[in-house]
Amino acid sequence: MRRVAAGVVTLLVVSALVFAGTELLPGDAAGAVLGRNAAPEQLAELRAQMGLDRPAVERYLDWLGGLVTGDLGNSAAGYAEGSRRPIWDEISGEIGNSLTLALVAALVMVPVALVLGVVSAVRAGRLTDHAISTSSLAIISLPEFIIGSLLILVFFSWLGWLSPVSLIAPGESPLAHPKQLVLPVLTLLGASLAASVRMVRAGMIDALRTDYVQMARLSGLRERTVIRRYALRNALAPSVQIFAQNIQYLVGGIIVVEYLFSYPGLGKELVDAVAIRDVREVQSVAIVIAAVYIALNIVADLLVVLLVPKLRTAA
Amino acid sequence: MSVAPAALTVRGLRVELASTAAVVDDVSLHVAPGEALGLVGESGSGKTTTALALLGFARPGVRIVAGEVEVAGRAVPPDDERAARALRGSRVGYVPQDPGNSLNPALRIGASIQDVLDEHVRSAPRARDVPAALASVHLPGDSAFARRFPHQLSGGQQQRVTIAMALACEPPLVVLDEPTTGLDVVTQARVLDELRRLRAERGLSLVYVSHDLAVVSQIADRLAVLYAGRVIEEGPVVEVLSRPRHPYTRGLVASIPDHVVPRRLRSMPGVAVGVGERPPGCAFAPRCPQRRERCERELPELEPIGDGREVRCFEWRATPATVFEPPAVPTPSGAVGEALLRVESLAAEHRGRHETTVAAHEVSFEIPPGGCVALVGESGSGKTTIARCIAGLHTPSGGRILLDGVPLAARAARRPVDARRRIQIVFQNPYDSLNPRHRVADSIARPARVLRGLGRQQAAGAVAELLERVRLPTRVAARFPGELSGGERQRVAIARALAAGPDLLICDEITSALDVSVQAAVLELLAELRGELGVAVLFISHDLGVVASVADRVLVLERGAVCEQGRVADVLARPQHPYTQALLDAAPRLPEAAA
Amino acid sequence: MKGRLRFARTPAGSIGLALLALVLAVALLGPLVAPHEPDVPVGIPLTGPAEGQVLGTDFLGRDVLSRVLWGGRSVLALAGAATLLAYLVGGAAGMFAGYRHGLVDGTLMRGVDVMLSVPPLIFLLVLVTGAGTSAAVLVLGVALVQAPLVARVVRTATLEQSVKGFVEAAEARGERTLAIIRRELLPNIAGPVFADAGLRFAYSIILVASVNFLGLGLQPPAADWALIISENRSGLDLNPYVILVPALLIAILAIAVNLVGDAIARTLGRSGAGEAR
Repeated sequence: MRRVAAGVVTLLVVSALVFAGTELLPGDAAGAVLGRNAAPEQLAELRAQMGLDRPAVERYLDWLGGLVTGDLGNSAAGYAEGSRRPIWDEISGEIGNSLTLALVAALVMVPVALVLGVVSAVRAGRLTDHAISTSSLAIISLPEFIIGSLLILVFFSWLGWLSPVSLIAPGESPLAHPKQLVLPVLTLLGASLAASVRMVRAGMIDALRTDYVQMARLSGLRERTVIRRYALRNALAPSVQIFAQNIQYLVGGIIVVEYLFSYPGLGKELVDAVAIRDVREVQSVAIVIAAVYIALNIVADLLVVLLVPKLRTAA
Repeated sequence: MSVAPAALTVRGLRVELASTAAVVDDVSLHVAPGEALGLVGESGSGKTTTALALLGFARPGVRIVAGEVEVAGRAVPPDDERAARALRGSRVGYVPQDPGNSLNPALRIGASIQDVLDEHVRSAPRARDVPAALASVHLPGDSAFARRFPHQLSGGQQQRVTIAMALACEPPLVVLDEPTTGLDVVTQARVLDELRRLRAERGLSLVYVSHDLAVVSQIADRLAVLYAGRVIEEGPVVEVLSRPRHPYTRGLVASIPDHVVPRRLRSMPGVAVGVGERPPGCAFAPRCPQRRERCERELPELEPIGDGREVRCFEWRATPATVFEPPAVPTPSGAVGEALLRVESLAAEHRGRHETTVAAHEVSFEIPPGGCVALVGESGSGKTTIARCIAGLHTPSGGRILLDGVPLAARAARRPVDARRRIQIVFQNPYDSLNPRHRVADSIARPARVLRGLGRQQAAGAVAELLERVRLPTRVAARFPGELSGGERQRVAIARALAAGPDLLICDEITSALDVSVQAAVLELLAELRGELGVAVLFISHDLGVVASVADRVLVLERGAVCEQGRVADVLARPQHPYTQALLDAAPRLPEAAA
Repeated sequence: MKGRLRFARTPAGSIGLALLALVLAVALLGPLVAPHEPDVPVGIPLTGPAEGQVLGTDFLGRDVLSRVLWGGRSVLALAGAATLLAYLVGGAAGMFAGYRHGLVDGTLMRGVDVMLSVPPLIFLLVLVTGAGTSAAVLVLGVALVQAPLVARVVRTATLEQSVKGFVEAAEARGERTLAIIRRELLPNIAGPVFADAGLRFAYSIILVASVNFLGLGLQPPAADWALIISENRSGLDLNPYVILVPALLIAILAIAVNLVGDAIARTLGRSGAGEAR
């Protein structure tokens, strides 16, 4: 409960930061919509329409109030067309698309990372371990767009198997086009999977070095029991945190991946909004992504408490 | 009718590092059914490596390369994990050093014990169930207790659980690796009682590994003393301790303090050789007062000398008998009645995130110039906090501290430079009390420059003089702490404190991280310094024997309050407070014949 | 000093150093040997390798080889500056928090927690929305993302050292805070803190390149590896080299920095604080 409260407070602080960050410059969204040659009267009118004539604090509170009630405001793109387009309508489909992408990637990542990390730790120092460790160290250092570009070169340009662009119509589920999901998911997996493998390996190696593992071996327990019930069981709690951290990383990576594959998701929406300086939309999309990020943290913390008896019994 | 096989036979055991340097070499041991063998040695002697090898186990980085181990007539194969595993738990049990870290924190204790039972269900038909296993070590056998996690138990209870695990499948032999080292004396005494009882009830054979001769002498029938990876003396406990034949054993016995008959501690010269730097001849030769030329060339064999005793020494007949003298405590100089330091109704607490614990309450005492006052208590008794308050490192929550009648500010930074100069502190852990990035000379010179205002040249001169004073060679000045042993570092820390020219030296458990022989040397030095410099000492310790050999007066602390204080001889001989009595009763001693 | 260079003798360290030298040579010396101006069209857009244009042309008909040879400096300079700035800001904050404990520590670390609860790219994009696209904003943004991470490492290292006997001995001598930090703390935390400097730099490279790729950092016609990839994405079919070569260069740079960083961290970890030389 206290974790959730702390999360809400953090989110509040983040929202203030996001708001302040986007409004650093004197130039505002109305100016961005109308361009440099706009007549002053026109500008003032649009400002009033967009609510930009009010003081910043009031606009912040207004925006915050909107967030709570699910009203994210209207997009500047809409104003540019002379109409009002609620941001919520623009991004609701995108949220689903992005979640699908992240979820598929996370669902692949967790088991694969766990298996590779544990295998690597148990065989530490041998060939399997070297192969896994070295390749993960290489992949971990690559930005998503590099992994993605190289994947496109291989699977599209050379092999011609997969398309470099995601064509998903509004209202359609990305799962209807599994083939189009392959490259974005693979790209998204890259760095976070590699990072998870390395961290799981490290945690497992630590666990294998503990006194209680030695004690289990000296009590004559078979190696499989030692690894599962003694080492892995205790390495699991740190692993949950590792996974949360890397799923967060993956959520961050989604921005680049969606842009690269023109995947109609929240990340692409955000980049487009930043490009045209649609302040209100940037604020709203940023806060939605940050909320997911913080929620992941809370879930991970709660899971850890459940997994570690010492924490569970203290609560 | 055949003779029952020995509980344990070890022949020619050799364990090597990857570099092929021997950690343990040519170790042969014999334990008869129902017998308890004490395996004793200081750090680096190879005792734990030997103990693990008895279960066919080698820690990562070391390898068992030669030797035969037989448990109850069955060989423990050195490099066959599977075969060795079948013997562990069922034929030979293991009790670890640190029960807190040796129990799986994710499993309920009942489940941990059940795991061992399940593993050996076929090979150990006599195995008990979890409640019986718990009951056998006097823990509640009910399911509520079995459902606890390790962190919900006290240290003593945790150690009982590991003993229950070791005994669950009724192995005839149990290897105990320093099982009471982390426990306070009273709990230690209870665990030892428990072990003695179990041994009598079940006719167990024990191998009890420890650095503490006094503890081992309470439980073992025979003793094997290890030095530099080899057994150097073996025989019945009382005989070995009362008439040691190896000069190392003799030196070791002479360095053990006793709280009933306080004695002057005698240290051995030099330091133990490390793995890989052992000389070709006798490893003890460089430190040996009776060495001959032959000792440096030839390795002596373990030689039977009658009465079931064996010694690895060419000159064992020349080893003199141990003589004990009362401690030479220097008489305090200076005017009587004038306290150097006075502590009045001191109170202190620790503020944690959730709770505040009282560390000291209404503590009053005084230290005369040149006197030595000891604060004694178990961990958590507040003794270290009191020392830190006096040093200006912890802010008291009440009371006053007066130096020559002048009240001191709480924090050192607020005290006048002369007050900071006159009170110096030496810390418990020699491994973190010196800055690893500074040369010894820089560390020692700093207080002389900051507190006495000496110039660079003068300070350098002072360093040389101080190193001599703490019996270290001058070349140490250019070394970094990483190149020194624990005992050497503690001497440097003392030199650093003396560099300020203090009137009061606070010694906060300065020997508790050291081996007994090194401890004896440091305490010897401290006594000499008191005689030479007339410096007063506030000596913090948990060890009554140590206190008996260094201090004039003692305060016994229990949970932050003074429960008894007086002259050391009086308090130890006629304790008035039940807590003092309990501490004295629980503290282990060498057998009467040896002391 | 030999000990400091030990990482170069591990296999990963030596391979990393060799790769790093290669990429640095391309980035720093490239402009000197580039056959064409980086931003002047020399031929038909998006043609493959041809006489005079070894790697073909980009979407505006500029020489790909020349643009690639010019395009490495920016990522190195921006990532380097950002990392440096992050160490200055984060290092000071972390050490202050770690040594002073209490309220200062609590406040600073809460701030760090908040910073770390925002995805780094979101943070950068929000900043770009507010402050516009420029190299300075990019450097500042990446530094601000990294500073909390540095602060955390420095704080942990400081905290660990500040309870040691030699620090307490200095406090009991009544030494001033600044003297304690300089004499007792700094020499002992430098090792663990700089152990991950390589990894921090690698992360800076990732962030800088990613923002440039999104078109929200450096603006055309700047020659920058990430920007080159971004601009020419749709021309992949016609001239794959325009994507492949800068992508490989960034990949090699990132991998090399990580290998070297990892090797340094390992050798530092192995030798421990016990060794002073």
